[in-house]
Amino acid sequence: MSNQVPIAEGLFTWPAAKPALLGSRCNQCGIVAFPVASSCMACSGQDVTAEELPGRGTLWTWTVQQFMPKTPYNTNETAETFTPYGVGYVELPGGVRVEGRLTENDPQKLRIGMDMDVVFEPLRTEDSGEEVISFFFKPVE
Amino acid sequence: MDVAIVGIGIHPFGRTPARSGLQQGAYAARLALQDASIQWSDIQFAFGGSASAGSADALVNELGLTGIPFINVANGCATGGSSLISAFNAIKSGEYDIGMVSGFDKHERGAFNADPKELGIGQWYGEVGMMMTTQFFAMKIQKYMHDYGISTDTLAKVSEKAFINGSKNPNAWRREPITVEEITNSMMVSNPLTKFMFCSPSEGGVALVLCRADHAEKYTKTPVYLKAATMKSRRFGSFEVFAPSQALEQVDGPTVDASKAAFEMAGVGPKDMSVMQLQDTEVGAEIMHMAENGFCEHGEQEALIQSGATHINGSLPINTDGGCLANGEPIGASGLRQVYENTLQLRGQAGDHQVPGDPKLAYTHVYGAPGISAVTILQK
Repeated sequence: MSNQVPIAEGLFTWPAAKPALLGSRCNQCGIVAFPVASSCMACSGQDVTAEELPGRGTLWTWTVQQFMPKTPYNTNETAETFTPYGVGYVELPGGVRVEGRLTENDPQKLRIGMDMDVVFEPLRTEDSGEEVISFFFKPVE
Repeated sequence: MDVAIVGIGIHPFGRTPARSGLQQGAYAARLALQDASIQWSDIQFAFGGSASAGSADALVNELGLTGIPFINVANGCATGGSSLISAFNAIKSGEYDIGMVSGFDKHERGAFNADPKELGIGQWYGEVGMMMTTQFFAMKIQKYMHDYGISTDTLAKVSEKAFINGSKNPNAWRREPITVEEITNSMMVSNPLTKFMFCSPSEGGVALVLCRADHAEKYTKTPVYLKAATMKSRRFGSFEVFAPSQALEQVDGPTVDASKAAFEMAGVGPKDMSVMQLQDTEVGAEIMHMAENGFCEHGEQEALIQSGATHINGSLPINTDGGCLANGEPIGASGLRQVYENTLQLRGQAGDHQVPGDPKLAYTHVYGAPGISAVTILQK
């Protein structure tokens, strides 16, 4: 099996038996942020603690990106092989709405309010053979 | 001290390969000086902005080295609005009698390409393909359509109106009407928005000469008074562009805050406005900004737009010069274009795109990344 690395340190637990997105909760006002921040955008407090975010939530809004973005977009795709991808905000109960790519890109199969699970999948493979892992939201079957 | 606009100049928007962005800015500045019947040497200060065409203060190389303070402003799509507020306050403070606001730009073709690091977001956000303003606008209107029953046909009608207005404006970029059918069937960019529902980066320049209101009659027979100029940034909980996460509890965005502050400053309300220019980066923005600026309730846009109320001859004329949709968006110049248009409207000089009925009060609104908004209210 090839070596897998997370797209950014501290975005989610990795490697882990059951990986999860990481947010930070403000110990002063209780507001959660994603990704982990060193201060709270709501109350300016600096006493924050990282915590794992729930793995299931509901789709708050969505779109499908139909053309290939310019850099810093970084996958193994070319203009010829580009596949449109879904993007949405998923409301994680008790936490925060997180923006992420969706595994589904068919507008007919996406609707506001549907249940979504966070999943961790390869975004690209580096020349070294390393797989870069990112998080995605996947409709609950 | 009240502030008056006594000179306006514009360089046509669109593509002008023969002139640099700076030269387009200088072109507009000379027209504004001429309009106020003054020389560059009469100007005591300037604020200006350009995102992609060099430093605005380099304009002095074109216009002349007179030693004035020329301050560069950079606030994304709200650059023009921010320059104008700065000049407004400089004159209101009593420090200066007369000054210039300048905005110009010249962008590459294709969508704007933002760098996550400049906005304090991790590189991963761009690598996965979320550093796209187009996605934000699409997701915001998608949610809005779901919550307030706005139809896809209404989205297309906003573009149709923009291109009709553009066809009447000699300074606009897009001057050919496009049918609802063509708009709906053009390439899907980011669902539910198609290519002809978005504005594109473009080129152009605008300059305004502002002075103390009690000096205005020296320069023009048709002064227009700047009754309010406000600018706000996002508060915690508003839904904004380039946000890896959003709070569960939503609050009003910077548009609502800037709008309320402007109406309060001017002592008037939305119903008093005769003509308005609202940021229409894409059609959804115009629809949502109608309500966010207080011109209707959320959801009323469907009936208003379908009935033609937002056309030049309608009860709520919006983006009478074709807006960003027909003019494109040269970032530095865009907000000032709105003020230029409203000045023309209040002077009764807008020609084929003039609103009827001797307008007295006019409104402008810009919105930009990462969640800022600027509003002006002009009075004849």
